Amino acid sequence: MTIDLKTVKHISKLARISLEEKKAEKLANDMNSIFEFIEKLNELKTENVEPLTSLAKTTLRFREDKITSKNIREKILKNSPEKNDDFFVVPKVVE
Amino acid sequence: MTEITSLSLFELIKSIKEKKISSYEAAKSFVDRSEKSKKLNAYVTENFENCLKISKKFDSNPNFDLKLPGIPIAVKDLFCTNEVRTTAGSNILNNFVPNYESTVTQNIWNEGGILLGKLNCDEFAMGSSNETSFFGNVQNPIAKDLVPGGSSGGSSSALAANLTPVTIGTDTGGSIRQPASFTGTVGLKPTYGSCSRYGIVAFASSLDQAGPMSKDVKDSSILLEVISSFDKKDSTSIDFKRNNYSSELTRNIKGIKIGIPKEYRVDGMSDEIENLWKKGIEYAKDCGAEIIDISLPHTSYALPTYYIVAPAEASSNLARYDGVKYGLRSSGESLIDMYEKTRSEGFGEEVKRRIMIGTYVLSSGYYDAYYLKAQKVRQLIKQDFDQAYNKVDAILTPSTPSSAFKIGEKSNDPVSMYLNDIFTVPVNLAGLPGISIPAGTDKNNYPLGLQIIGKPFDEQTVLNIAYSMEEKINYKNNITDWWME
Repeated sequence: MTIDLKTVKHISKLARISLEEKKAEKLANDMNSIFEFIEKLNELKTENVEPLTSLAKTTLRFREDKITSKNIREKILKNSPEKNDDFFVVPKVVE
Repeated sequence: MTEITSLSLFELIKSIKEKKISSYEAAKSFVDRSEKSKKLNAYVTENFENCLKISKKFDSNPNFDLKLPGIPIAVKDLFCTNEVRTTAGSNILNNFVPNYESTVTQNIWNEGGILLGKLNCDEFAMGSSNETSFFGNVQNPIAKDLVPGGSSGGSSSALAANLTPVTIGTDTGGSIRQPASFTGTVGLKPTYGSCSRYGIVAFASSLDQAGPMSKDVKDSSILLEVISSFDKKDSTSIDFKRNNYSSELTRNIKGIKIGIPKEYRVDGMSDEIENLWKKGIEYAKDCGAEIIDISLPHTSYALPTYYIVAPAEASSNLARYDGVKYGLRSSGESLIDMYEKTRSEGFGEEVKRRIMIGTYVLSSGYYDAYYLKAQKVRQLIKQDFDQAYNKVDAILTPSTPSSAFKIGEKSNDPVSMYLNDIFTVPVNLAGLPGISIPAGTDKNNYPLGLQIIGKPFDEQTVLNIAYSMEEKINYKNNITDWWME
């Protein structure tokens, strides 16, 4: 199979990465050579194999739902590119 | 006396405990040498003044019971450090200053270690040559314009150049072991779940592990003892009984069974690597190990599996970089436009490529064909190792298919770059511990490494075999300080 330019543009939309036309072409080429390499997996029959979803044999631990860090609002907001008092600011979402 | 910067961690600790040198003298030596080594581009962020200040404080009230008493240590810039910029080698985190500390680095500071600085790495640890870093190439101290490996390339370079006594890296597909191999140093990837992932900038969460990098095997055992811990803050951290790796270290490996997997004899393997492996087998026999031929039949499927699983997890992990809460923001006309421009300008080419692959294999209609398929093959790869470990205690392979290559040599061909990790990737997929030790050189005198892979949670056996073989191999780096100013 090959990944065409249209698919690359669709994926870039899903990934929220804007792409220039020229870059999209190069990316399509790169992705095709990588997928050619990945297709090797089709040599294997895997109908009866359980997928490996986690290396940990135990189930995930539970913890109490309680706050462990207090009064860190200012520290957290410090890294924000744009803020207004106690809020993160984003471009206008609603008209 | 030997120069402070060329001492091993073990010797440095001993000298400080015996009050032959102070923590300040140690810190000053590494700071001075680092200042003269800017050409290597190993550091992204220096913490030199702070380090000197803290070392003085240590000297005024020293605690010699600590495992790293007043030892200056530089770490890969993938570990979040409280109030010290953490970039992950990316433009998108160029100005990010965490207000928390990774568990692994916290463990180091708790035992008396002092942060020297943050070391360069491939962007989000995606790369095998340190060429994808936003902060530029790193030079390998072995020779000019040679890559130091990746993704922990700043770590391997700084370590080999004696800019830090030991360091820590992270390893998702070989990012500790391959750079160790390229720089004639030791690098250990522990069992998945041994070292906490809390506070490490995430790449592929089911594969990422932090681990020690050092000049010799003993130093790695000391550092592993410090950084390996059960941590509630990491949901996949495993609560198992950890050894006192350094005090239990022994060269007595008589009767240990070491497997040689025939599938690692890949097509086109160079004579140099083949001979190194043969030599390694002889060394292991000399140490008293029993050599057994084994088969890991799905080895050739490991890289294709990795290049589905890792990008899939990365595309999900990196969704958090949206220009809102932290990191770079580019201006856009709408919220979506802002997201798209921020991520386009903030991420480098390789990271974008992997996000795209990951998004594709997880997208509607392709999930079963790619991601589910890869998870199934990952199971087969793990089963290969499970079966092999019924017969052997450890496995010996080359660390990499070649020695370090020139900067720029492979950067335009992603697949040929990926092939670098052919011997290291299966270990991550199966969650096993693996170490690379320097074992010889190629025709250019560039270092080559051997890898020892162990059973889950059996870092001690891996370290013991490495420690024993290291003595027989007796490898010494020949570094000329060509970069010094």
